[in-house]
Amino acid sequence: MIRNTRIAAACSLLLFLGLLVGAARVQVLNAPEYDANPANRRHALERYAQPRGDIYAAGRRLTGSEDTRQGLRYERSYANGRLYAPVTGFASQLYGSTLLEDAEDGVLAGTDGRLAPLPLWGDLTRSRQRGGQVHTTVVPAVQKAAFRGLRGRKGAVVALEPATGRVLALVSSPGYDPALLSGNSPATTLAWDRLGKDPAQPLLNRAIRQTYPPGSTFKVITAVAALESGIVTDIDAPTRTPNPYRLIGSTTLLRNESSGCADAPLREAFAESCNTVFAKLGATVGTQQIVETAEAFGFNDGGLSIPSPVLPSHVNTRMDPAQAALSAIGQYDTRATPLQMARVAATIANGGRSMRPYLVDRLADAGGETVARTRPAYEETAMTPGTAALLRQMMIDAVGSGTGGLAAVGGLTVGGKTGTAQHGVDNSESPYAWFISWAQRPGTAVPGVAVAVVVEDAEADRADISGGGSAAPVARGVMRAALR
Amino acid sequence: MTTATDPAQALRPPGRARRLATPPPPVPRPRRRGAELGLLVCAVGVIAYGYAAVGYATSGALPADLATHLGGLAGLALFAHLVVRFRAPRADPVLLPVALLLNGLGLVLIHRLDQGTPGDRAAPTQLLWSTVGIALFAAVLLFLRDHRDLRPRAAKYAFTALCLMAAPILFPAVNGARIWIRIGGLSLQPSEFAKVLLAIFFASYLAANRHALTFTSGPRIRRLLLPPRRVLGPIVAVWGISLVLLILERDIGASLLFFSLFVAMLYVATGRLGWLAVGLLLAAAGAAAVGALEPHVHTRVEDWLSPFRAIEEGHGPGQLAQSLFAFAAGGALGAGLGQGHSLLIGFAGKSDFILATAGEELGIAGLTALFLLYALFVARGYRTAIAIGEPFGALLAAGLAAIITLQVVVIAGGVLGLIPLTGMVTPFLAQGGSSVVTNWVIVALLVRLSDEARTPPEERPAPEAAPARPEPEPEPAAATAPATVPLVVPVVDEARPADGTR
Repeated sequence: MIRNTRIAAACSLLLFLGLLVGAARVQVLNAPEYDANPANRRHALERYAQPRGDIYAAGRRLTGSEDTRQGLRYERSYANGRLYAPVTGFASQLYGSTLLEDAEDGVLAGTDGRLAPLPLWGDLTRSRQRGGQVHTTVVPAVQKAAFRGLRGRKGAVVALEPATGRVLALVSSPGYDPALLSGNSPATTLAWDRLGKDPAQPLLNRAIRQTYPPGSTFKVITAVAALESGIVTDIDAPTRTPNPYRLIGSTTLLRNESSGCADAPLREAFAESCNTVFAKLGATVGTQQIVETAEAFGFNDGGLSIPSPVLPSHVNTRMDPAQAALSAIGQYDTRATPLQMARVAATIANGGRSMRPYLVDRLADAGGETVARTRPAYEETAMTPGTAALLRQMMIDAVGSGTGGLAAVGGLTVGGKTGTAQHGVDNSESPYAWFISWAQRPGTAVPGVAVAVVVEDAEADRADISGGGSAAPVARGVMRAALR
Repeated sequence: MTTATDPAQALRPPGRARRLATPPPPVPRPRRRGAELGLLVCAVGVIAYGYAAVGYATSGALPADLATHLGGLAGLALFAHLVVRFRAPRADPVLLPVALLLNGLGLVLIHRLDQGTPGDRAAPTQLLWSTVGIALFAAVLLFLRDHRDLRPRAAKYAFTALCLMAAPILFPAVNGARIWIRIGGLSLQPSEFAKVLLAIFFASYLAANRHALTFTSGPRIRRLLLPPRRVLGPIVAVWGISLVLLILERDIGASLLFFSLFVAMLYVATGRLGWLAVGLLLAAAGAAAVGALEPHVHTRVEDWLSPFRAIEEGHGPGQLAQSLFAFAAGGALGAGLGQGHSLLIGFAGKSDFILATAGEELGIAGLTALFLLYALFVARGYRTAIAIGEPFGALLAAGLAAIITLQVVVIAGGVLGLIPLTGMVTPFLAQGGSSVVTNWVIVALLVRLSDEARTPPEERPAPEAAPARPEPEPEPAAATAPATVPLVVPVVDEARPADGTR
């Protein structure tokens, strides 16, 4: 019987060993799979078990956390949600997070390895630090000016600091209050449904997640391409352009909405936004040159994030001369985000050096100790300084005596370019009004701000050909706020 | 396969031979009560740390009632220790501390889960039941001076067990199973008590009849030789009735436990692998039939086979899925006491699924420690069985060790998704008064048995000297056992291989 007992004991031991193997299977082998199961609420619970770190602008908190005393304990709150929603995005217990709330989630939620005092130990114990801080580059005064300028109309404003690429303002309208989406109550669901169904698409970030035909603002790029390729050597020499201009290989006649475009020199054509001149230039410099120039400004870059991901702007790399001609005036299938066009203005202002735009100045731990800082990144030289100087002058002329007069700010040097983008079948819908510009305080080396404004419903005032009427005043307010 | 073990068998006798030969000069054996006290202090320390950790994690401060709580626990431990010191001085020093540690850890885990369920305070009740359990532990040690006193009443115990198990039929079902009886505010699970009584009955019966069961001479079914009906009849009857009752009550866990316990004890008594095979075949057939026909069991099997199906169907994770999530979340070192989310398991989180909380908050490290504690306890039980040198005691000790093993394996296997879930209780750890009390009785019996096993023969009181009560002296079957059994046992063991090859 002793032997039997020993065997029974051995069987018991084997059973316990089996349990250990089973536990190892669940806790080690299958753990990642179980952890990743969407029905596992642990991530959500842990995520909201502690207050989330905050997003700052100019040292002021844009966000906050409310203790709801529920399972998902801390809920996001927003200090001035509607104004900063295009920067922060939302952090919702039900619908995930967007924009900076999403892009810097690791820091805000405290899981980012950079916050842990001992990174390897942190990995092993799966510990979670207190939520860190995200300090943005946004300047509240500029942001407010941009927001006010749009007056709730559909559109977007982006303001950059040309020398660094810092995003000074990022506004999309109509907006929403992200606080509505923070929690997990029926009210949250209701708000989500309402916002999702709203035809005005308030959840869409038009500044970085929407592309528009850039219209005449693209003429800046065409002008650079013409100057850089040597097609135009003197901006005051006549361009021998007929009016109307017939697109190569087609019978389509292109007309201008302003007079005096026949044979106009580049400077005048720029100020008056002559379609014929730029279409002909586009056809002459050719697809390759246009694409190269546009890409030097940042078009067709799918990887840009600020760190919120930016929708790439598009210029077609396979175009026949007629399409190139249309593209050169910002039509055909060329599309750009407002951020991209702000970058175009900033690059001109910065002497042709394109700086990578960024929205996050520095990341800090919960105690405010900096753990990472964004350094201005030089991306590419889009043009020679000489070309940049010519373009700056042409943009100053466009504001001083051309279509962009409403952007002028007393005491500042302002350069700009208007644009009106036709869209819809046979251009049936209201055009998009564009304005890109930069402003320089006298006595400074580089313009301090570059702005792009797009207004979707240009109040159907089609006589206002350049959008200078709708968009330029918004830009003026932004530039004034930035350089005051 | 049996021939391979023969040489080992030949080498085995020394322990027993020592007892058979003319007594060598008595080796002074340490009683080890100091070791037990030291281990108890360690156990209380671990539990104290657990309470403190829960307090810090859930409210950021030491629990206010830490001192009274620990004082009470330490008092209980000291009381149990003193009872052992005076009434079972040679008992195995590991059994009590391990049981206390497991019970204490269970209290910590339940207390921790209480923090997340404000409406349901289970820890105080559990502490009360633990106190009752330890009181019963003391009572058993005080009044049961010799385990053989249990033997003459084995038939009564079996009858009582059956009555206890039948009782819940008169009460309404709770969550699909009729396993509770409610008296006033108290709810008891009588099958818990029945398992100890049945183990005593099985041990007594098998001890008396194991030769007949080993050297079968009864009817023959084809080539299978059965023991005489007279021998087989009563035990199969008790076992069968208990299973039928449990199936009627849908107490799958207990059915499984009794079946396995019976087969295990039968094997220990007879060493016939044939019994084991028959048992396993019956179990497989029974499980397949019940699993297919009985809806309550059927869903359990389905859940086991595809724990995530409810998720795929959009109903959210079921209990087993939540349990697996909890274990997975624990990882190597666990989230830390009070910092996991095993509350997501919801219903039965403090009872059936308490191991999931342990797995999540203590990690695989803590879970391994728990399993090792159980294995240690069980090993000490089997060791007692081997050392006691008397078939009834040996069978009882082995049976009690098997009960603990089976309970742990069945429930842990269930919550880990290794086998279908059955409503078994994790001994000492899980919420449940009947279970805690019963398990403390098991500890008491093992302590009593180990005390006798570790007492050198010359110090043992003569069987006649033992009785605390005058009445049941006779012991018809056992009267000769103490003297003859040590002689018989080796003979059986050596004879068995020839029989085993059949």
